[in-house]
Amino acid sequence: MDFENILKKLKEKDRVTLSRVITLVDNETKEGVEFLKKFYKERKDSFRIGITGPPGVGKSTLLNKLIERFAKKYESISIVAVDPSSPFSGGAILGDRLRMDNIYKFDNVYMRSVASRGSLGGLSSSTENILQVLEIFGTDVIFVETVGVGQSELDVMEITDLVVVTLVPESGDSIQAMKAGIMEIGDIFVINKSDRDDAYKISEYIKSILQMKYQDKELAPPVINVSAKNDTNIDELVNRIESLKEIFIQKGIIESKRETRRKKEVREILRDMFIKSIDRELKIIENKNNKDVSPYEISEKILKKIDFKSLEDIWKER
Amino acid sequence: MERKIKVLVAKPGLDGHDRGAKVIASALLDAGMEVIYTGLHQTPEKIVKTAIDEDVDAIGLSILSGAHMTIFPKVLKLLKENKREDILLFGGGIIPKEDMEELEKMGVGKLFGPGSQTKEVIDYLKDWFEKSRKQ
Repeated sequence: MDFENILKKLKEKDRVTLSRVITLVDNETKEGVEFLKKFYKERKDSFRIGITGPPGVGKSTLLNKLIERFAKKYESISIVAVDPSSPFSGGAILGDRLRMDNIYKFDNVYMRSVASRGSLGGLSSSTENILQVLEIFGTDVIFVETVGVGQSELDVMEITDLVVVTLVPESGDSIQAMKAGIMEIGDIFVINKSDRDDAYKISEYIKSILQMKYQDKELAPPVINVSAKNDTNIDELVNRIESLKEIFIQKGIIESKRETRRKKEVREILRDMFIKSIDRELKIIENKNNKDVSPYEISEKILKKIDFKSLEDIWKER
Repeated sequence: MERKIKVLVAKPGLDGHDRGAKVIASALLDAGMEVIYTGLHQTPEKIVKTAIDEDVDAIGLSILSGAHMTIFPKVLKLLKENKREDILLFGGGIIPKEDMEELEKMGVGKLFGPGSQTKEVIDYLKDWFEKSRKQ
């Protein structure tokens, strides 16, 4: 593979090339890994914004409105929308484009749908790599949209610089239950569908919870009532995102987030490699009659036997 | 890691009957494929832009409005212009036999008429993928 030529085409903003490179890393191929290794330093510091929230709150519709604003302001915008894969068939229906007609109106907007592919969190394990390709491509802002259930809440926080949690007026009762998860990850809280009853009651309630949590009032996440459908208050949301970005940069928050992310990424890759080498040993052991041997004993044996030198080979086999 | 077949299912033209497209989309999901579903009223330009950005293996169009002789060739042309004629273009709908033959001559893949089984579509895609895409 002619990597230099691929990089040249990416820098020329060639979208066919961009799409193909993303496929390489999404499928976790050897070429994809080699590409990222080689051109990691070519990355631009793209600003990553996570959009999360329970299903049905209007994340895609909201994002569609945000794209309109950001596309006019920045040279290049990207969207990565993650949808769940079926744990039974392994297939997925990626339908986020349905509500995002603005991606067709602007030539500087690139969108990619990604299936979570059996990853335990809501993000696929390749999402970080896809974001890196977009950074090499040189995009200014990346939106990561995910269904905010379970583990994915944490994932989206780790992978982005700023998280917008989207809720609706009807979320009131469930917030009690969600407090521990979703209330801790948001940098901005949006109450979408605020043309409905009780929209301001819920935003006041969320504000009161957040005020208690944050000592530094400047960092307490703002709560904004919007209606994506009616295009109400979207500009206010855009302003808040921009001003929070400035604060984050000044306080060095983004820099430390990126550093944490890099460390975590190394840990993930190593874990992945270890699991692969353990699986290899397990295959050898499976053939023997181990019915009465304790799993602890088997584990100790495997630990002694693992050939860590072969990790490079395992990585290359993929 | 096993490579997933990625298919764009789109509904071009002005008619609003998307039941067929939805049935196909969920059948492909059940067969373990990743389906990009874009909904109604897609123009050939939008379809090809989506196919390129998502880097799909195949595009399936559902056309019931009689516009098949316009839309299929247009999509083929746009794919070619973008050097992505390797993407399979197939489809279904109410398409007369003569038209089907003519479209297939132009380079459109298989077209499935009324009464087709979803299994036929799945087998066709898997077979095509096996032959032309397996790297």
